[in-house]
Amino acid sequence: MKKFDKERVLLAVAGPVIALAVAFVLSAIVLIASGKNPVEPFALMFEQAGFSDIQVLIVNQASMYYIAALAVAIGFRMNLFNIGVDGQYQLAAMIAAIVGAHANLPAFLQIPLLLLTAVLTGAFWSGIAGVLKVTRGVSEVVATIMLNAIATSVIGYLWLPDVFGVKIGNNNTTGEMHESGWIPGIDMGAAGEIYGLVILAVLLGIGYWVVLNRTRFGFDLRASGASESAAAASGVDPKRMVLTAMLISGGLAGLAGLPILLGDTHTYSLNFPTGIGFLGIGIALLGRNSPVGIAFAALLWAWLDKASPELDFHGYDKEIAVIMQGLIVLSVVVSYEAVREWGLRRQQRRVGAELAAGHVLGADNNTTKEVAGR
Amino acid sequence: MTAVELAGITKRFPGVVANHDIHLTVRKGTVHALVGENGAGKSTLMKILYGMQKPDEGTIAIDGEQVSFHSPADAIARGIGMVHQHFMLADNLTVLENVVLGSEKLYGIGAKARRKIKEISDRYGLGVRPDVLVEELGVAARQRVEILKVLYRGARTLILDEPTAVLVPQEVDALFDNLRELKSEGLSVIFISHKLGEVLSVADDITVIRRGTTVGTAVPAETTPRQLAEMMVGSELPTPETAESTVTDRPVVAVDKLRLAAPGGKALLDDVTFTIHAGEVLGIAGVEGNGQTELVDALIGLRHADSGTIRLADEEITGWTTRKRREQGVGYIPEDRHRHGLLLEAPLWENRILGHVTEKPNAKGVWLDPKAAQEDTRRIVETYDVRTPGIDVTAASLSGGNQQKLIVGREMSHKPRFLIAAHPTRGVDVGAQAAIWDHIREARREGLAVLLISADLDELIGLSDTLRVIYDGRLVADADPATITPEELGSAMTGAASGHLEHEETPTDGPGTEDEAR
Repeated sequence: MKKFDKERVLLAVAGPVIALAVAFVLSAIVLIASGKNPVEPFALMFEQAGFSDIQVLIVNQASMYYIAALAVAIGFRMNLFNIGVDGQYQLAAMIAAIVGAHANLPAFLQIPLLLLTAVLTGAFWSGIAGVLKVTRGVSEVVATIMLNAIATSVIGYLWLPDVFGVKIGNNNTTGEMHESGWIPGIDMGAAGEIYGLVILAVLLGIGYWVVLNRTRFGFDLRASGASESAAAASGVDPKRMVLTAMLISGGLAGLAGLPILLGDTHTYSLNFPTGIGFLGIGIALLGRNSPVGIAFAALLWAWLDKASPELDFHGYDKEIAVIMQGLIVLSVVVSYEAVREWGLRRQQRRVGAELAAGHVLGADNNTTKEVAGR
Repeated sequence: MTAVELAGITKRFPGVVANHDIHLTVRKGTVHALVGENGAGKSTLMKILYGMQKPDEGTIAIDGEQVSFHSPADAIARGIGMVHQHFMLADNLTVLENVVLGSEKLYGIGAKARRKIKEISDRYGLGVRPDVLVEELGVAARQRVEILKVLYRGARTLILDEPTAVLVPQEVDALFDNLRELKSEGLSVIFISHKLGEVLSVADDITVIRRGTTVGTAVPAETTPRQLAEMMVGSELPTPETAESTVTDRPVVAVDKLRLAAPGGKALLDDVTFTIHAGEVLGIAGVEGNGQTELVDALIGLRHADSGTIRLADEEITGWTTRKRREQGVGYIPEDRHRHGLLLEAPLWENRILGHVTEKPNAKGVWLDPKAAQEDTRRIVETYDVRTPGIDVTAASLSGGNQQKLIVGREMSHKPRFLIAAHPTRGVDVGAQAAIWDHIREARREGLAVLLISADLDELIGLSDTLRVIYDGRLVADADPATITPEELGSAMTGAASGHLEHEETPTDGPGTEDEAR
């Protein structure tokens, strides 16, 4: 049934394409409304994407967005909304930075240690929400939002000079990590360096696909997301699945800050990027929770981020990129739901038509039987 | 003297013709039955008459005047009323409040409305008390409230969509008395059903609809259920009767003093004890909501019993998880296939994996084996005659009967020892029903123990080797399916009889003669 396969691809692409088109048009309208040229900012930003140094920035930024979005997406696949990726990755990055500054093992042990620290910290933080949900029925949305706030306070506490903080000028840091924990970048010459952990992001994407689509566990997880009641009847323990999914989501989230930590800053300071977890939600939505879709979405987001500063030099506000990100998320939600329903109805009709025409799989003897709709 | 006339109604959905050239004439002051299989197009036709959908071709005339409905409000203004299969009442409001809700302008919400309700109730013998809370009413009384609601809004033609599906035989008789009152007052009733015995006893005219078009009309006095059914299906009919007994003395499932309580402490199941032997079908009869769902949940492991034990062959499985039970040979055809049996938006082959993800051919170790699962899905589709153009389409695009055949095929493919079949033929057409009955009989021959729960008493009597009646969470009565009649079973279902039900004389009216053709 090649026909239905092709259709699925078409539907998968239609949603994002419509959403992006709508978002571009709406952004142009915003520009017109503010009395600006509606085309030039986009032209400028497209031009930026052609420069190799900007490309390196985009890829580096996208790697962190990608991991954060995967963390959100694995929750989405089973109807869990881990809104706490933001707190999880920040806390995990900080703990990893602290461990990296105080432990000094050979690199082949140090780097796994740091990765593991980050994963466990993230999983611990999301696990709190998971345990609350399965034991007390607390919505994971509420719990993770509150845990984000708590994470901020914990980070502030750990930054105190008599805890783990090291003041450098006005900046709070956790001190410089030992070099054995640094991950060398991929040298792109004059354009700069691509973080070594970009490769980790790619591997995580592949792993995400394999686990979800090719393992029993992944099937159970997807079944739980598609229909909790059907999954329970099929033998999935719903509570265990919620907890497991929260732990995996948090573990992945813990890795989101590491590309820049191990590849560039080597310390957790006030300058450490924030908000990646929240952006990851929009990126996961746009990427339809698929590893390939999320990759494109992460690159798009990173492009909007890294190409927009140029606008300031041409009399435009770079915030147009932020407006656009918001508009994309809004249009994505609307267009995906519309496309999904349309596709489902369309397939029902087509199956009806195929059956009416006698195209029944493997039944040559009663192809004459027709089908009436309802 | 024509109340409603539909002429040449055609409704196309892209790719599918739902209704084609339908003609239906309802005389004033009569009960007109519209019969047909599930999916034959009855619902679409009634949606058109009730203004929920517009026909592509054809005309609707009410009292000889041609009309065009844009919404149910138009239909109501023209005196068309619909009593839905699933009641639309607010439990926490009184009957009066439910009736006036949305029609406050007609007679207000106070004494005038109460008088009007009393008046309608008395005139048609509905026996509705306006100040009772709806939650205190039984199913039959709720249905009468629904009918009153429609009359209150001035309906002259009532559409009743499968009104008897939720009633026990005694209640059905009472409903028919109400319908006779209605028609003696000059009202018309369109009665949708596929229970042919009932149709013949209450209808003045019958229109048969098959595959979206009217295939004929019948006069009840000159028609047998069998003739009517053959008109409906267009071919020879299946019956649910099983052949010689295959019951052995080897117990497969033994449930002992099972008790399950609601959070408040009320027992949903109490002291439930039964044994099913290899090759035996145990039928559970009962009005819905008397513990059937909880019993199934306890057996499949979705809820754990508060006390009592469940044994499968030699092992006690009371503490096992759902997955372990399924792996160890408990097959499950759920009551609500959309909620418990399928992933509607997933392709058929993924639905084939559902419930058996740890078993062959779906998995090798912790890995899925999509190729083998797809291959096996093709086999199920062919063996179980699931009508689909392919295995990559979503489960939602199949008709109810084909979804059910897929579920039956999936469950039978894992060689269960014990099969739980909850309403296995609910909402499926006659063809699929016959196929599913065949599979249950086949399973029984191969020595499975089957627990059959059904609201269809003919199905229960026809397929079961042993019958038990569940009432208020207890198994209150048992009966021999060879001699019992649906009416006798019905009185036990309302709690009026208990113990061993003996059939009382005149076995000429045994099961399978009057209503077998459904």
